[in-house]
Amino acid sequence: MTQVELSRSGAARGTFQLGETVLEARNVAKSFGAVHALKGVNFEVRRGQVTTLFGENGAGKSTLMKILSGVIQPTSGEILLDGEPVRFASASDAQARGISIIHQELSLAPNLSVRDNIFMGREILGPLGVDFAEEARQTRVLMEDLEEDIDPLTPVEELRLGQQQIVEIARALSVNSRILIMDEPTSALSASEVDVLFKVIRDLKARGVAIVYISHHLEEALTITDHAVVLRDGAMTAYAKRKDIDLEWIVRHMVGENFDLGSPPTGYAMGEVALSIEEVSVPDASGADLVDRLSLQVRAGEIVCLYGLMGAGRTELLEAVAGRLALNHGRVLMEGQDVSRLSIGERIRRGLVLVPEDRQRDGLVQTMSVGENLSLASIMDFTQGLFTSRAKERTVIEEGIRQTQIKSGGGGAPIGSLSGGNQQKVVIGKMLATRPRVILLDEPSRGIDVGAKAEVFRLLAEGARRGLAVIYSTSEVNECLSVAHRILVMRKGRITAEFGPDVPKERIMAASGESMLH
Amino acid sequence: MTDTSQARARAARPSRDGFDIGRLLLEGRAFLALIVIIVVFSFLSPVYFSVSNFLTMSSQVAIYGLLAIGMLLVILNGGIDLSVGSVLGLCGVVAGALMKGVQIDALGAILYPPVWAVVVLTLALGAFVGAINGALVAFLKVPAFVATLGVMYVARGVALLMTNGLTYNGLDGDPALGNTGFTWLGRERLAGIPISIVVLAVVAVVTGLLLSRTAFGRWLYSSGGNARAAELSGVPVKRVQITVYMLSGICAAIAGLVLSSRLNSAGPTAGTTYELTAIAAVVIGGAALTGGRGTVRGTMLGAFVIGFLSNGLVIIGVSSYWQTVFTGAVIVLAVLLNSIRYGGRTRRTAPASASPPPGRPA
Repeated sequence: MTQVELSRSGAARGTFQLGETVLEARNVAKSFGAVHALKGVNFEVRRGQVTTLFGENGAGKSTLMKILSGVIQPTSGEILLDGEPVRFASASDAQARGISIIHQELSLAPNLSVRDNIFMGREILGPLGVDFAEEARQTRVLMEDLEEDIDPLTPVEELRLGQQQIVEIARALSVNSRILIMDEPTSALSASEVDVLFKVIRDLKARGVAIVYISHHLEEALTITDHAVVLRDGAMTAYAKRKDIDLEWIVRHMVGENFDLGSPPTGYAMGEVALSIEEVSVPDASGADLVDRLSLQVRAGEIVCLYGLMGAGRTELLEAVAGRLALNHGRVLMEGQDVSRLSIGERIRRGLVLVPEDRQRDGLVQTMSVGENLSLASIMDFTQGLFTSRAKERTVIEEGIRQTQIKSGGGGAPIGSLSGGNQQKVVIGKMLATRPRVILLDEPSRGIDVGAKAEVFRLLAEGARRGLAVIYSTSEVNECLSVAHRILVMRKGRITAEFGPDVPKERIMAASGESMLH
Repeated sequence: MTDTSQARARAARPSRDGFDIGRLLLEGRAFLALIVIIVVFSFLSPVYFSVSNFLTMSSQVAIYGLLAIGMLLVILNGGIDLSVGSVLGLCGVVAGALMKGVQIDALGAILYPPVWAVVVLTLALGAFVGAINGALVAFLKVPAFVATLGVMYVARGVALLMTNGLTYNGLDGDPALGNTGFTWLGRERLAGIPISIVVLAVVAVVTGLLLSRTAFGRWLYSSGGNARAAELSGVPVKRVQITVYMLSGICAAIAGLVLSSRLNSAGPTAGTTYELTAIAAVVIGGAALTGGRGTVRGTMLGAFVIGFLSNGLVIIGVSSYWQTVFTGAVIVLAVLLNSIRYGGRTRRTAPASASPPPGRPA
């Protein structure tokens, strides 16, 4: 039943030779300005087999997949489809040639129904316009294949995240793809949904579809893959067939042997407990706990790293501590005083600040200058009576620019003229200008280069020596080891493991994954 | 790309350096439009270019200008206030009713509050209606357009109910009752300048200071530019939101007082569609409807462009139908000029702070 329907709904036709290369990237490089995201990568996709791409955040996995699916063009190198060089003008061009991609970020229209999302842009036309009945029938078939009980007319916004991901997958399956790229398809799926997805992947393989798979869940990926390719810093560091490798091999090649951003600051005494989180729970919109009765303490001068995969609940925890999200259980103590009921502004005045994950959305006001952004959180410090003091504001801004070493045309420069790393320094500098005693940083190194990252670490180390308590949330294990006195692994809203600074990377990563060492 | 956003950001920065001509010229289009209007009409009519006509025109601009300042605050926050015209009408009617005396049945007497009390009560009413707008938008999450549209109808309806559709005439008060002086606002002059213009100037200067020199101003620009970032920086975003609607209501109340004082009468339909003129003034003045960008100076220029244009058209005898067409064309043209100006700029200009402003006020 499943077999018949799936082959009707697409996939490759005719006979094929298993393991034949259908899509190949040769010496492909991609630069964004001065950032080299990919440095001459060779990559092969084989018919009827799964090729998994392993690598840390920023290793270039998504960039490579975007090139293969026509979303972006390579700076140099070539793409071969069935041995012929090709240039994809766009994603739809690539799709017309049988390549489709399931993106990491969901690209569904939340207001439309499941049916309309699946056939968006490819509506089935009948004599009276769109043939909704046929679309709904095909949608139902796809949902049966994916063993998901979703009505085709349900608006996507009413589905939970995992089901939305299923819809995204169904949309990719509904296209006649010979090559299917899956970028983190399981990040929001439950274990049983992952099993179903893997069954679908095996069906697709059996009919000759070539699959490229990307996942942070290493073990999970190993159960489905035929080939493993490891990327690091934009270059391919290893290739092997599944039968020749194990988890340890992947981690070793992902992390590299001698990559070091320094080590945590030492040589001073830590102070009292500055921030104490007690049994905190944070609900999502449906009431399920994203953070589940989590407790942790940070002492003055201590840098604690919160390590976990995407969706582990780290962002929700930090936003709740900062006051953006409401708690439904537990409390937050700042130097012994309960701040759970205070507004964000009051918490900032008590010395508790957050550097948010998404600096464009939550960190910067794009309509204001560098200086105005830097001084935004500490306006009250330079307000005398009714009016702000320009001289004092200038001092705050100059101090911020100097301390965080922002490279810009001075405080009057527009915020948009700065590079990502310098924008991040503005966000950090803005919060440091309030002279905090506890700083929470949520993925502060995302999208910034190694140099800027090192400067962020230097700032944190400097702050810690002066008694600043730091919680540093990240999904990159190297960062934990370079900056933290203590590493907490967070998974599904709970802290699942705690390590000192000298623990092997493999153990930290394993503790965040699905099923290892437990 | 960067250059465009840079230019835009610079033009939109709050007026730090006070009122200086160089930056004014650079900021451009509304100022240029105003000069063109003055020059063209001065050629077309000998009456246009005279001090007395400018004063007459300015005192007419005052009404729209007051509304536009309130509107600017709301638009800077990323909202819109469609209720200002109705609030103007309602406040005028309430002021008129108070001047005419309040019947108190329990005492069997008619109470005639003094003018200062009338003014205070009317301003409080404007603030109250604004607070309703603000609460609807900030706490009940009603889109600003819808919330203020509803309040626009309700306020107009209440004004009509109060007067049964009639107009209060003769608001001079009576020396015997001790409530004279209401017409001072709209009719008297201070050193030859109509009081209404003085009121507008005071409100404009105070608002300009509020925007450029106070924490509240910075909060307003930041929450309009990116409310999420502002909130995480400790800005009391909701308080700012409610405050701007209250200030807009107060501005509408002032305009209502000035108008009914000048006319010496208060009608329930006064100020109909004025909200659109106020929005036009703000937009011509360079503010972004998405919030975070705009200045009092630009908005004032926008108000004067509209006022001077329609007055000029009246003086040269263009029919009122054509006036409407011209006004609409100027609104679109002024905004269009702006996008052409910024869109065509590819050269990186020197940072604004590098060149000292030529004419600082003493």
